[in-house]
Amino acid sequence: MAGVLLLLIVLAPVAAIVVILLTRRPRLAERLNLAASAVSFGAALLLPGASLGGPHVFLDQYVIADPFGAWVILCAAIVYFLASIYGIGYMRMLEEEARLARFYALFAGFGLTTMVAPMMNNAGLYWIAIELTTLVSTFLVAFERAPESIEAAWKYIIVVSGGISLALFGTVLFYWAGTFVLGPSYAMTWAALGAAAPHMNPTLIALAFLLVLVGYGTKVGLAPMHTWLPDAHSEGPAPVSALLSGALLNAAMIGVMRYLSIAEAAHVGPLPRAVLVVLGAFSLFIAALFIVRQSGIKRLMAYSSVEHMGVMALGFGFGGPFGVAGALYHMLNHTLNKSLMFFGAGSMMRTFGTKEITLIRRVGRYFPVVGALWLAGAVGITGAPPFGLFASELTILRAGLSGIHAWAAILMAILLIVIFIGFLNHFRIMYFVAPESETAPGGTVSAWCAVPMWLAFIPVLVLGLWWPEAIWHYFGVIAHGLGPGPAEVALR
Amino acid sequence: MIVTTFPPLAASLFSLIAIASLLLAFVMLGSRWLRHYIYAFAAESWLIAVLSAAVGFYGGFPELYVIAVLTVLFRGCILPYLILRIVRPLDVAREVDVGLQPSSSLVAGAFAVIFALAVANHLSVGLGLAGTVAVLALTVMLSLKLIGFLMLTVRHEAVSQVLGLLVLENGIFLGAQILVPGMPLLIEIVILFDLLIVVACFGILVRYLSSHVGSTSALSLNRLVG
Repeated sequence: MAGVLLLLIVLAPVAAIVVILLTRRPRLAERLNLAASAVSFGAALLLPGASLGGPHVFLDQYVIADPFGAWVILCAAIVYFLASIYGIGYMRMLEEEARLARFYALFAGFGLTTMVAPMMNNAGLYWIAIELTTLVSTFLVAFERAPESIEAAWKYIIVVSGGISLALFGTVLFYWAGTFVLGPSYAMTWAALGAAAPHMNPTLIALAFLLVLVGYGTKVGLAPMHTWLPDAHSEGPAPVSALLSGALLNAAMIGVMRYLSIAEAAHVGPLPRAVLVVLGAFSLFIAALFIVRQSGIKRLMAYSSVEHMGVMALGFGFGGPFGVAGALYHMLNHTLNKSLMFFGAGSMMRTFGTKEITLIRRVGRYFPVVGALWLAGAVGITGAPPFGLFASELTILRAGLSGIHAWAAILMAILLIVIFIGFLNHFRIMYFVAPESETAPGGTVSAWCAVPMWLAFIPVLVLGLWWPEAIWHYFGVIAHGLGPGPAEVALR
Repeated sequence: MIVTTFPPLAASLFSLIAIASLLLAFVMLGSRWLRHYIYAFAAESWLIAVLSAAVGFYGGFPELYVIAVLTVLFRGCILPYLILRIVRPLDVAREVDVGLQPSSSLVAGAFAVIFALAVANHLSVGLGLAGTVAVLALTVMLSLKLIGFLMLTVRHEAVSQVLGLLVLENGIFLGAQILVPGMPLLIEIVILFDLLIVVACFGILVRYLSSHVGSTSALSLNRLVG
């Protein structure tokens, strides 16, 4: 069952890419991409249930369907599906008909790579999958061909390639540490590494983990390795920004977590978790600084992604059933809510013809429905009730306050309040402050752009009001799979 | 543990190759001419190929011969050729504005090597491998990493940055041949292919840079801040 679902998730975009490249017709390309994303989404929706009965491995142990991976794939598939709907409306506004087919081929490829990375059961293949996400998305970031887009793409590929080469170094060191236990040649699966970990050299593992953390942390967008993120998120087309933020960052986060559970099994002590917590707290701090003084609308959303990756890193870093559950719930909520925000930002950017917050005014008057949705999303993304992110942030705080890193939880609470004020202040200006000279938007928001905002908004609201019991149990299984929490590690 | 089982002659040969590739990294650091970087990189790749073959011979890993051939082909021939092709239409023969003069870069590079040696030594003592070729492999791995990052920071020309990244990768590849010669063949081959795609992508981006931004120097990429 799980195997069939994985196959569907992968084959649908692959088929779409092939047909798009062969026919090169823009209208057909949009529909094919949409159909592929719908198939992947449908399969990903069933995957968590199918992955529950123990990890299933396929293809000579190279591919895995485990609960954690299934969850990340589901998040990626959701945003890929929503962004594909939104993309149809958004890309038509760009008037790039001739290159549209190529865009959708790349877009499907990007969606595919973000969904493939969490399936990889081999540390080397996982590295390659993450590298592929970079290569594909670089050209999506550069798609508009403006000097700013090219600059963003260049910085993106250089910073991320540099970071990811550190991850490769860490991977080689992990493999080397494994050879002391398993002999010179072995299949580097997560399970094999985890099983051999208790006999590995702790110093070597500590160094290897730090390299991996910095490497994949670059891709996650943890400060201070986040520098590529605001540029790439703000200069790519809006559907690409949504996919970068909602799918790519999570796909790198799962790698960090898989290595963390190996490192902890190697009796490294509290260091790995502490570093993850510090990076998470620092990301929140940097995001707070830049959110308060931001002038670009999409850069605002990008720094909000840095913030939420920081929150997620804190959740995973605090660990235990609550920390892991909070972080995983946060992943889903952030995926949905940030897609909503990027969709709104993209539509406003196009209709008002500017990226500057100060030039976008009276959104509520010109766009009563879409504007209201976007405003509600903004309240949600800052972690206010009754939306999903409130529930997950509260759970993470609860995990943090009872653990050894309570300082980080307190800092997180303070910074979240700062971000709440700073972020919503920008929305106050865009909605309620009258402009000096009237700037009317030139155009309307099409149904293709409005519908995915509803599709993202409704679940965020529902998940905020009701945390389903089944999901809670599912998180328990993942937390168990990640090994003992920090409390037990400290006791050893 | 495989590194302790090599005969002394093999260990010295590996050390010689490792040191020689480290020296080539210093050639890159000490020069301003883009061509020198490319030739030094190509020579380094050939050395790595020789190393792969030697490790395959002494360690009994016949699949490493395949890696050696592919390394010569990809890293030693195709990559330098691709990079030369990127450089040719650009009309930049050398670095004009360097953040750090070549002489100072050499000193910084030397400190990087000393730091790398200290870390490698500490690790090997913990692993009971002090005095073996593993120390040197780790040192070269770490120092090429640091030197690569140094090049990325102080050089501004797009091509130098690409080469900086390739030096990072070379370091890992070189160390991996000595430390983990048994690494599955599939992974190594995929990584080699991946590198080719990376450089192709860089080529396209460099072309965009020169046609849409009007310059291939990172110093002119200053629009996105805050």
